[in-house]
Formats: sequence, structure tokens, C-alpha cells
Amino acid sequence: MTELLLPPPETDAPAPLRAPARYRFGAPPWLLVLAALCAATAAIPLVYLVVRTTEAGLTELLDTLVRPRVLQLTINTALLAAAVTLSCLVLGTICAWILTRIRLPFQRTLLLVSALPLAVPSYLAAYGWLVWFPHLHGFWASWFVMTMVCTPYVTLPVAAALRGASADLESVARTLGRGPLRAFAAATWPQIRPAAIAGALLVCLYSLSDFGLVSMLRFQTLTWGINAAYGASFDRNQAALLALVLVVLALVVVAGERRSRRQVSSVPGRSTMPARAPGKMAPLYAAVLLAAPIAGVVVPVVGLLSRLLEAETLRAIDVPRLVEAIGATLGLALTAAIVAVLVALPIAALAARHQGRLVAVIEAVGFLGHALPGIVVGLSLVFFALAAVPMFYQTSLVLVFAYVVLFMPRAIGSMRSGIAAVPASLGDVSRMLGLSAFQTWWRVTARLALPGIAIGALLVAISAMKELPATLLLRPTGVSTLATELWSRTALFEFGAAAPYAAALVLVAMVPAVLLSGIRGTAREN
Amino acid sequence: MRIPFPVAALLAGASVLALAGCTQAAEPSTPAETSDNAFTLYSGRDEALIQPLIDQFEEQSGISVEVRYGNTAELGALLLEEGDATPAQVFLAQDAGALGALANADLFATLPAATTDAAPAGFTSTDDTWVGVTGRARVITYDSEAMSAADVPTSVDAFTDPAWSGKFGIAPTNASFQAFVTAYRVLNGEAAADEWVKAVAANNPVIFDNNRAILAAVNDGVIEAGLINHYYWFAQAAETGEANMRAQLSYPEAGDAGSIVNVTGAGLLAGAAEDADALEFIDYLVGAEAQQYFVDETFEYPLIDGIDAPVGLPALDSLVNPDLDLADLDTLEDTQTLLGKHGLI
Repeated sequence: MTELLLPPPETDAPAPLRAPARYRFGAPPWLLVLAALCAATAAIPLVYLVVRTTEAGLTELLDTLVRPRVLQLTINTALLAAAVTLSCLVLGTICAWILTRIRLPFQRTLLLVSALPLAVPSYLAAYGWLVWFPHLHGFWASWFVMTMVCTPYVTLPVAAALRGASADLESVARTLGRGPLRAFAAATWPQIRPAAIAGALLVCLYSLSDFGLVSMLRFQTLTWGINAAYGASFDRNQAALLALVLVVLALVVVAGERRSRRQVSSVPGRSTMPARAPGKMAPLYAAVLLAAPIAGVVVPVVGLLSRLLEAETLRAIDVPRLVEAIGATLGLALTAAIVAVLVALPIAALAARHQGRLVAVIEAVGFLGHALPGIVVGLSLVFFALAAVPMFYQTSLVLVFAYVVLFMPRAIGSMRSGIAAVPASLGDVSRMLGLSAFQTWWRVTARLALPGIAIGALLVAISAMKELPATLLLRPTGVSTLATELWSRTALFEFGAAAPYAAALVLVAMVPAVLLSGIRGTAREN
Repeated sequence: MRIPFPVAALLAGASVLALAGCTQAAEPSTPAETSDNAFTLYSGRDEALIQPLIDQFEEQSGISVEVRYGNTAELGALLLEEGDATPAQVFLAQDAGALGALANADLFATLPAATTDAAPAGFTSTDDTWVGVTGRARVITYDSEAMSAADVPTSVDAFTDPAWSGKFGIAPTNASFQAFVTAYRVLNGEAAADEWVKAVAANNPVIFDNNRAILAAVNDGVIEAGLINHYYWFAQAAETGEANMRAQLSYPEAGDAGSIVNVTGAGLLAGAAEDADALEFIDYLVGAEAQQYFVDETFEYPLIDGIDAPVGLPALDSLVNPDLDLADLDTLEDTQTLLGKHGLI
């Protein structure tokens, strides 16, 4: 097993006094096997896609691939994902910097507010914008709304990392004559870089796989093509082929992220940068901070409410039904969050401490689900459940499993950076003091990485609450979530009847979003 | 030994496949008896629309119906994926194309002639694999603030005119649009259809992915006209009030491919061929009570004799094209090739 691994790479982490076995020989086999098994769950959709495309035969495959439209869809997808990722990275980092380094009034509230766009499903955000500006469509509109909805994925982890980052080096850099920007880039950026890049990865994969927003704003990406292939022609083979193109794009992104990630250097010193008074810049800071919450939450929600008042068929709210949907949504999302954390844990632990080809493959496979549209994951699990566990077909079990496959990457990213931020030397100390490897993990690593683990769980919960296509395919017959109830009403133009479900969905999803904004990203902070 | 990335990825995939292969495939369940007073329905039509009808049926027949709601395309894909293992006995679909695709995959049982005879020929399957339930007309919706009713084209051929460049909306990936293009091919021949699609594609059409979005765009004055199905307008008018409708409807002249009437329909899944409960429900759908319900609630055309079409709609007879049989609209693939050739899908 150990032969499969590369020799341990050089890291700039401080060398432990006595290199423990796992560094010399790579990851322990049991962890590798466990992580590989967990990652295999995420590979189910891939297996399904390969089965479907091989069914199509080589000629049909090549014919489809060389169609100019497939190339166009691929270019559109890649451009949108790249643009959204870049803008979220910049805006999110600036927001995080303002939140942690500037002494603004209502700091806690601002942090909380900046997390709110997470609670709005992308299709609702796009719909709300269309109410105000019916002409919106195409690349720039999709880029703008998607950026506003996704920015918190970068803001939250970077703000957490900034609060935990040591400011000593930056102060030194300033004393040595570097300007504020250059000092930040040289001394602080390396410390928050893993968090920023992990957030950017989530944004990128999200924009690759999103369907609701691009379909509302009429920008044709691969997910649009996949849905059209299912919808118009029941052409499962072409849909599978387009999905495979999407998988390849996602693998490139995940591999790129791994390459640009470095081991967190553990910087000596504990002091944090004193927050500065905003001075005359206060309105500018506030404007930047509030851009995403206003564009991602206020504009669409007010737009929806205005349609609600216009609607003549304002109906009485069916309270028991609403409560039932809230219950189902919460139950499914919480279970999915717990299971996803358990499944993602071995992968995150492996990726945080070890390197090598096999580790890279396991982690990349774990990320696959996030790059696939829900309908593909949904159908692949129909295929898998009927073949492997027919007795569980159309039970909540398979639906929770689908959420795990789809959203496990959100947990992997934050849990990995959480675990990586725990200095390995602490574990060595604990081992020298006589604790077993497991005891050490439980009492030292897991405890210190708890914020990262909690963030992972909350991200999964939020995403599961908003998920629609896989839920429609896999839910037990008769069970409705807030998202499916909302869907069935907007499909019928019943804005009046849909509004309570939209409001409930945003409110319920706000709970984990608010919790997220309050969790400190690293345990280093007191 | 180093394993290159793609090989390792394949190995991981293969092991999962092997894992899946080891377990037994599900045995298709055979109906033990012809009636157990229960069946499962996959409904590609919306819950708010269908559930009241189901409740009525359950009360009258004593049969309990378990319904799974979704959109037609997704449920169709689901049924194809489930194959013989499906828990469903009946599929109720939004359009004939989906029913045809499932019939071609041999997923449907043959319905008794007494059932399929309820709908007139041309509005149901030719091989009794499914039965038409309601009719829906293709129409032109136009911005009443931009033009008067008299100025609306009476034929879809008008949209190749440069005067319409960038001002009209279509949904080329939508099943009803593709059914209409297929009708164009059947009625006017391949060469004319090729010409029309090419000219329309070159005339800067505004592309949407469904009828509802086209209607919303016309209603908001974003575009001046669009090709949709008739009932979207009625549903929108019922929601926001007829007086608030800026978009209005115009029916292309009879004989034009733009005026075809498509159907919604239901089929009995192959495993349920002997299921008396499921069959009773399909008969109920093409009975007077359900047909009247569709007229009142969804503004669609009833397909059986003795039920009047919704107020405000031209008579179904005036739209029926004697040269066209819906069963001829089964060459969807050629239509998609045509649309693909000119870059519309």
C-alpha cells in the first residue's frame, strides 16, 4: 500500500522534533482505505455516467462531442465559473478584511448580514431580479447575480482565518517600510490563503453545476444543455456526455486548487491586528460590505413580495402543510449534515495531513458530486439504489445519501482547512505524553478543528434545504420539502400561494447562515 | 509504483461498479391480484391541479392513489431509469412527446380499445399505448401596447421577416416548440422546414427555455411576440387578473403549422397491465367529470364529445388540421437534428 505513495513532499511547516511515522511512510493504510471508501460514494454518479456514455457507442460519442454547440456550452460554462470565482474571491476577501480590521458600528450584525445571501436559493435570487429588471439576461447578468449569492462562501472562511491570523509579521513588514497592501500580501495573505482558496473552490464548483440561475437568466451553460437533453428528447446518453464534460472541468478545477494550496505555515506570535477606525471611509466600507446582502437578499425578496401583493389569488396559508414541509426540510437537512460530516471526515483528515497522488485522487473524487447538476446525481442514485439496495429505493435514506454525495465537498473543504490549521506538533506532544493515536485525534485535533467541522456541517445543511432536482427524483412518494412545495407553486404562477414557502425557506436557511457567521474559523483565537 | 491520476480514478470507479454488480438486481414485482384498491401514479402535471381530481376519484371509487409529482421530463427520465422496477402503475404526462418516448422504450402496456376510443383519432396514440386526455393549442402571444390584434401575423412564416429581428421569443429546447417544428416538417416538407428554421435562427430570435418565460417577457414588454401554448395565458390571467394582462393571444390561421393542437395524456406501465385500479383511473381521466374539471381549472380543450371548450377559445374543430395526425409527430430526433444544424439547440 505504501508503495503507491510519493515520498513526503517538502513543506514549509516547522519540522517536528522527531518525525512521526506517518510523515516518513505516508498515510496509514487504514485511513487511506477508509477515505477511499468514503470517496467511492461520491464516485457513484461518475460510474453511472460512464455506463451511460459507453452505451451510446464511440461514434455517437464523437459526433456529439464535435458539435459546435457542445464547445460553445463548455466555453460559456468555463467563462462564467472563472469570472464568478475571481469576483467572489476579490469581493469576499475585501469584505472579510473590512469585517475584521475596521472598527465599524454593529460589527456582529454586519458579519451576520454578510452571511445572509447563503440562505437564498439561486433560482429565487434570479427570479427576484427579473421582477425588477425583466430585460436581464446573458453572461453579465448571470455573473452579477451569481457573484452576489456566492460571495459569503469566501467572506466567512476568510474572516475567520483573518481573526485567527497572527499580525506580528504584518507589523514587522510595515515597520520595515512596506505599504499596507504589500505588507498584507507578504505577511497575512499566506495565512488566509488556504481558507480563501477553499472558499473559491466552492464558488467555482457551485457555478459549474448551478442550473436554476442560468436557466432563469438565459445563459446557456452545460447544465442548461443537460436539462434540455433530458427534457426535450429523453436523450440520456447525450445528457451523460455533457455531464462528463462537466466532470472533466471540475477535476481540472480541483486539481488546480490542490496545486495552489500550500501547507499552512504556522506563524509564531499571537497578537492580532488592532481594528482601525473607519474615518471618512466609513460609507465606502459599508457600501462594499452591504453590496452582496442587498443584491443577493433584499432586491430579490422585495421583488417577490411585490408580486405577492399583485397576485389576486392570495390564498389562506395551509398551516399544517407548511409546518410539515418545514419539518421534512429540517429533518432531511440535519441528517444529511451529520452523515456528510462523518463521510467527509476521513477524506478531510487524509487531505489535511498527507500528500501524494492517491491522496489527491481520493480528495478529487470526493469533490465530484459538487460539480454535477442535481438531476444527474439524482438519476445516478436511482440507478444505483435499484441495482444495489432496492428495498431502500424512494426512502429518505437514499435522498439523504444523495445530499451527502452532492454536498460532501462543502464539508471536506472547511474540515480540511480546520484540521490543517491544528499544528501537527501538538499531536506529537500528545503522543509523547502517552495518549494513543485515537485519543490524540479525539482530544486534540478534533477539538481544535471543531469550528471547521461545524462550518462543514452547516454548509451541507444549508445546501440540502435549498436542493430541488435530486429531491424531486428521490424523495419518498408523498413527502414534500419547502423547495419542492415552492417549485410546484411557482410552476403554476401561484405567487400568492408560493410566497409563504419562499419566505419559510429563506428563514429556515437563515438559521444555519447566521450560525455560520458566528463560528470562529480557527481555534487559535481565544 | 506510481499510479497516474487517470488510471487511479478509473480504478476507483471500477471498484464501485464491481461493488454494484455484486448485489442482486431488483426482481420486478408482479401484480398478485388484479385489484388491491390502491395504485401509484407518477404525475408530470402539477399537484395543485391534479390533487383535487385525485381526491374526487378516491372518494368515488374507494381506491387510494399514491401520487408522485414532478415535471414530465424528469419523471420520464426517472421511468426510463427505473425500467421494470418502477413502483408506478400510471404515468400522466404534459405532452405527447414524453409518452411517445416511453412507448418506444416498451415501458407501456396496451390499453383496451374502449379506453383509447374516448379520445378522437389524431389526439391519441395509434398503437393504444397511451390515451390523450386534454388538448393544448399553439398560439402567438403579442404585446398589446406594441401592436394591435390586426397586425399580429397569421402565420409563423412572418417571423423570418427582418422587421421581426430581435423582437420575438421562442423556446427551442421546449417539447411543445419541437412538436410544432415537427408539424412544420410534416405539413410543408423538409426543404421548407429547413429554410424556415434557418431564416428564424438568422433573424435574432430571443431564446427562452420555457413558454412561461416567453409570456412573462411579452407581458413585461421585453419582446413584442412569442410562440407559446394557449393555457399559459389563461393561467397567468387568472393569477394577476385579465385586465392586467399586457400580453394578448392570437391564433394563427387554420392549416398553419403554428396552430397545431398538442395533447396531454396517460399511459399504463407495462408491469400494471392487469391492474384494474390503475385502468379505472385512466378511464376516469377521459370521463365527463374529469374532462369538465380540466376545462374549468386549466382552460385546456376537452377531448371527448359532450363537453364544451373553455369560454374565449376558438372551437377545437376550427384548429384541427385534417392534414396532420399527432401520431406523425414521432420524428422528434430529425427535428432536433434540424434545430441543432442551425444552432438553435
